[in-house]
Amino acid sequence: MIPRMDDSAQDLLRELAPTVLCVLVRRYRDFGGCEDAVQEALLAAAMQWPAQGMPANPKGWLITVATRRLTDQIRADTARRLREHLVVSLIPADEQIALAADAAGVNERDETLDLYFMCCHPALSQASQIALTLRVMGGLTTAEIARAFLVPERTMAQRLTRAKQTIESAGRTFPDPTTQDRAARLPSVLTVLYLIFSEGDTASGGDDLYRVDLSNEAIRVARLLWRLLPDHPEVAGLLALMLLIDARRAARTGPNGELIPLDEQVRSRWNQERIAEGKQILARALAQGAAGTYQVQAAIAALHDEAPSIEATDWPRILALYDALRFHDSPMTRLSRATALAMVNGPAAGLAALDDLALDPRLATHHRLAATRAHLLERAGHHAEAIDEYRCAAERTTNTPERNYLLLRAARLSDSLAGVELKSVVG
Amino acid sequence: MKYMLLMNVAGGGPYQIAGWAAADITAHIAFMRDFVKKLAAAGELVGAEGLSGPDQAKLVRAGAGGAPITDGVFPESKEFLAGYWIVDVDTPERAYTIAAEASAAPGPGGRPLNLAIEVRQVMSGPPTDWTPGA
Repeated sequence: MIPRMDDSAQDLLRELAPTVLCVLVRRYRDFGGCEDAVQEALLAAAMQWPAQGMPANPKGWLITVATRRLTDQIRADTARRLREHLVVSLIPADEQIALAADAAGVNERDETLDLYFMCCHPALSQASQIALTLRVMGGLTTAEIARAFLVPERTMAQRLTRAKQTIESAGRTFPDPTTQDRAARLPSVLTVLYLIFSEGDTASGGDDLYRVDLSNEAIRVARLLWRLLPDHPEVAGLLALMLLIDARRAARTGPNGELIPLDEQVRSRWNQERIAEGKQILARALAQGAAGTYQVQAAIAALHDEAPSIEATDWPRILALYDALRFHDSPMTRLSRATALAMVNGPAAGLAALDDLALDPRLATHHRLAATRAHLLERAGHHAEAIDEYRCAAERTTNTPERNYLLLRAARLSDSLAGVELKSVVG
Repeated sequence: MKYMLLMNVAGGGPYQIAGWAAADITAHIAFMRDFVKKLAAAGELVGAEGLSGPDQAKLVRAGAGGAPITDGVFPESKEFLAGYWIVDVDTPERAYTIAAEASAAPGPGGRPLNLAIEVRQVMSGPPTDWTPGA
């Protein structure tokens, strides 16, 4: 039995992973090879540290071991690889460490950022960007990522290998990024982090016991990014948004994974610590001006988190914030705006807004449109129509807890309608 | 040996389950959840998936140059696959017992649905002791 590593050591290890990779990539360029070597070093640490104790300089230990693995790998490789890395293989591993290239002249912050950008390289598919970000920035193993997405480990390993190959072949045609490039690439990093977060938020099925918590992972990696860019309002906005949404997690599902909508959640189960932290980060970001979409969405989430109930929620302000988001043309945001509008001006106003949204081909057959319409129809007292819309939404969704929730919602309404009819017959 | 247990339900119109009372839907969902849990606890479950509704299904064939040609929705009356389980068991009889249990999933009024569960053995790898022509 291998002794298990305690959580703090595990956290340290994964926090060091991108830094160590930075050092290696800076020295040896070969991203794919370096990445493999760092993974092996992390694995070696996980095996050796619990038994032999943590080394005095964990970062140095990881760099040494990863470099040794990299040179071993290069030596064992084909002649082509040997030629490419001739310089590296000619220098003994110990001397390479002694070079301490992570010292003068280089901007470690920019280089760590570049790793984020590399993981979210535009040549990669979104699935690959997500997987690579979790492995490189999150320090997760291939097996952990595979389990998180419920795919076989071999499939995930292949996806990662191909992603690294794509980066290497694309990388040669790209010059080193400038400050402007970095600013332009940041949105794709934020998108990937938010996707990882949302996946953790809605993922269903599988054996939860050994699954990595993707929401926590996304928050952890976003925190690292925020530490690199503490003054970037949208990075702070994203981190705040994640914290403010995640705060409701315990209240969002029942004991068997069933979905509990916002209006039925037990609000005392919301995580006040997360809410406070999210609000603090958001307040600082808002003070810097220039409100971006993540900040606005975080502000909306904060208003929900502050409210004692659905009725006592500041819907006019939420509606105003959704109006501010209108330039950001996301179908889901427009759908949420219709709900807010209904809370302020009544269900009829919300339903009219939904009719406009139905013209958008991205939404016309989306289950959320039908689900929102069903809720508003129910609130307006049109129960028979609401039942049809709930059922229509249930048929369209591909998420099991959501489907069960919608089916049950329709069935309860239908039960109560039948009850009314029965009473009128008997009476 | 592995078996795939396929649950086929009648197509045409909305999900049958959509017309049930709330209590019956809850009981059905709980049954399906416990069924998978029990198979997993017995070490017999390999995999299980539920599939989304047939109105999103497409029939695809390769057209000129291999480009996909999609056919719209299925005919109304056709049966469709709602989901499957794959189990790893010692005997075919055990697979049939499991299938019968799934078949008895509760329906309206808590009465067993007696669904038809199709049981198919999963093909295995090459045998180690087969030497034709030796």
